[in-house]
Amino acid sequence: MAEHIIELKGVTKYFGENLIIDNMSFYVNKGEFITFLGPSGCGKTTTLRMIAGFELPTSGQILLNGKDISSLPPNKRPVNTVFQRYALFPHLNVYENIAFGLKCKRVINTYRNDKGEEYTKKERLTKKEIAAKVKKALEIVDLEGFEKRSISTLSGGQQQRVAIARAIVNEPEILLLDEPLGALDLKMRKEMQIELKKMHKRLGITFIYVTHDQEEALTMSDTVVVMSDGVVQQIGTPTDVYNEPANTFVADFIGESNIMNGTVVGQHKVRFCGKDFACVDDFPVNEPVDVVVRPEDIRMCAPEDGMLTGEVISVVFKGIHYEITVQVGKYEFVINSTECRKVGEKIGMKIAPDEIHLMKPKFTTNVYDGIITKHNTVRFGDGEWECDVTSLYPGSHIDEEEYLITKEGEKIDLTDTEVRVEVGLNDITISDEEDAGGVMGHIISIIYKGDHYRLIVRTEENEEDFVFSTEDLWNENDYVSVIIPRDKIKLTLKPKGKEDEA
Amino acid sequence: MKLPRFSRKTLCIPYAVFLVFFVIIPMCVILFYAFTDRQMHFSFSNFLRFFSDPTKLSTIVYSIVIALITTVICLVIAYPVALILARSKLKKKFVILMLFVLPMWINFVLRVNALRELFNLLSQSEALSWLENANIFKTIVGMVYDFLPFMILPLYTTMLKIDTSLYEASADLGGNAFTTFFRITLPLSMPGIMSGVTMVFLPSMTNYVVSDMLGNAKVTIIGKFIYEYFGSDWHMGSMVALVLLIVVFVSTLLSGGFKSEENVRGTNL
Repeated sequence: MAEHIIELKGVTKYFGENLIIDNMSFYVNKGEFITFLGPSGCGKTTTLRMIAGFELPTSGQILLNGKDISSLPPNKRPVNTVFQRYALFPHLNVYENIAFGLKCKRVINTYRNDKGEEYTKKERLTKKEIAAKVKKALEIVDLEGFEKRSISTLSGGQQQRVAIARAIVNEPEILLLDEPLGALDLKMRKEMQIELKKMHKRLGITFIYVTHDQEEALTMSDTVVVMSDGVVQQIGTPTDVYNEPANTFVADFIGESNIMNGTVVGQHKVRFCGKDFACVDDFPVNEPVDVVVRPEDIRMCAPEDGMLTGEVISVVFKGIHYEITVQVGKYEFVINSTECRKVGEKIGMKIAPDEIHLMKPKFTTNVYDGIITKHNTVRFGDGEWECDVTSLYPGSHIDEEEYLITKEGEKIDLTDTEVRVEVGLNDITISDEEDAGGVMGHIISIIYKGDHYRLIVRTEENEEDFVFSTEDLWNENDYVSVIIPRDKIKLTLKPKGKEDEA
Repeated sequence: MKLPRFSRKTLCIPYAVFLVFFVIIPMCVILFYAFTDRQMHFSFSNFLRFFSDPTKLSTIVYSIVIALITTVICLVIAYPVALILARSKLKKKFVILMLFVLPMWINFVLRVNALRELFNLLSQSEALSWLENANIFKTIVGMVYDFLPFMILPLYTTMLKIDTSLYEASADLGGNAFTTFFRITLPLSMPGIMSGVTMVFLPSMTNYVVSDMLGNAKVTIIGKFIYEYFGSDWHMGSMVALVLLIVVFVSTLLSGGFKSEENVRGTNL
């Protein structure tokens, strides 16, 4: 088994009140090229900064070669970073920038005194040694002869190389790269990707790479760690992550996907789009599942041979393939194929059993902790909502003083009663109008599911999420108000114990 | 009739007029007076008199020493404050900065007067009676008090511009706090130090209001000297002013003030 060079154990990080990293645990093998991949704000950079030592975990441990380094300052860690915007020292030239780390370094040399006894001394590197190492580093990044150049005269790509040279010249055990190619143009980026990969092979040290670019991650890495909301969604090789996404987030984030709601109807049988399909994944019968099919895994055929038939509604040429959108009943499928089809053409579609990926749906319903207010409304998810409190006690009604009268005639003041609130995925709607609903929030996620969209709206105050389906197209980051009809808010009393304590 | 064409150059006319009347002509007048005698004949006598008179030369040296001490004290006080403020993530740091700068907005003479009264009050007590005759000490305290904001502001604005990732990069490469300070922070804040030093050093050589009021008129700095000469002997006064001009010019040259780098003297307030 490969050696674990870095291991995170239950690492949690808060910035003030905000949870950035939630109980994260994983390990990195010695010598591998590992990439943290995720949308911005998913905690990938924070994780990297904790490994570098710029941030300390709120709780949990970071082990380097089995030793806890969680509270070690950055200058004591055998780790070097290539910063997002390079962070080259503007007052030093290329040589001085690269030599900076070497000048800070102390090495232990062994000498023999007159009596023949050995003794050790902590010494700085000599000027000669430093010069030789800098020269070698410059060769690795292909910048021979740039020693005397000032940083401001270099192009973005050259600065990038100096930043890499400055890090690798110290021979770190791990090289951390924080979106190092983000500032380069596409062509330059592709070149640097290949060069970094070569450098990784040549140097043989561990690379930890952070990016939001899924293509970059798949191209370069041995292992990809997909993150979202401070949680690891999946760890695997690029092939695994692409072919066997662990959930709809990974499927949607990495590559394109057709994602649909389905139901398991038998052993290795799933029903979606009104048809039954054979599949490989095993789920209990009658379980609702998310069905993921990659666009390139759908084969087109004659209409009568297809498992599904539909009409082509758009064809887009993408260079290597055509992106064909097919309408099947009320569902839409995207197919990537090298064959061209005409808009309006009727086609059949075939999907092999092992290309149908079933996943346990992340959300089946919204559940919140709520509190009944004075006016018999309920407070949850950062908002106050009209609700039917009589549903808490079957057969009860509200008197004119807003007290609840139970079936037995008992008078109850419900104010401050803690309740469990449940709202179905299809019971929430949203609106542009500010006062239309109980609370406002930003749309943080949109996943297309063939015939509808799965949206998540997050409130600003306590970051409460509302997950629901809609047929309307919205934009990510739209600021909307959340509407839940009175009769769709299902209330249940919390276990009695709590009330007694209070 | 053809209207004169309005161009951007036209906008410069008011300043050009100002320049001629308030800079160029007065400079010529000073030059003229410095090298003439009372009969308005060309002469080097003022020049010779100045450099052969030990009291005049010692006043210049005296002024420079006082200004130097003031500048060093200001730098020592201002540097840590500016550094801490620039690096802190406090939302209220603006308020703290304001507290340092606010005295600048109160009348200068009033502040010096207040300080004098304070010293008088303190010197009443037995233990602090030495204050009464500590004229140089009081002068320097007054100058530091007055010129400190001029040191803090350029330092603070320069330090704000230093990218915090540079500190992280230094730590990442194995630099401890000491290395990071001397190899990153200090060199990068040098432009701020330079402009702060110029803005404190020059006025503290010439601003005789402070030395007059706090030094019981016993501390004579070069500014006071010029003022007094212009009461009686314009020719000698002009010569002293000219010497001061050259001292300033040379010290600015030495501190690199003429380098056409970005001006950091501008403040955000």
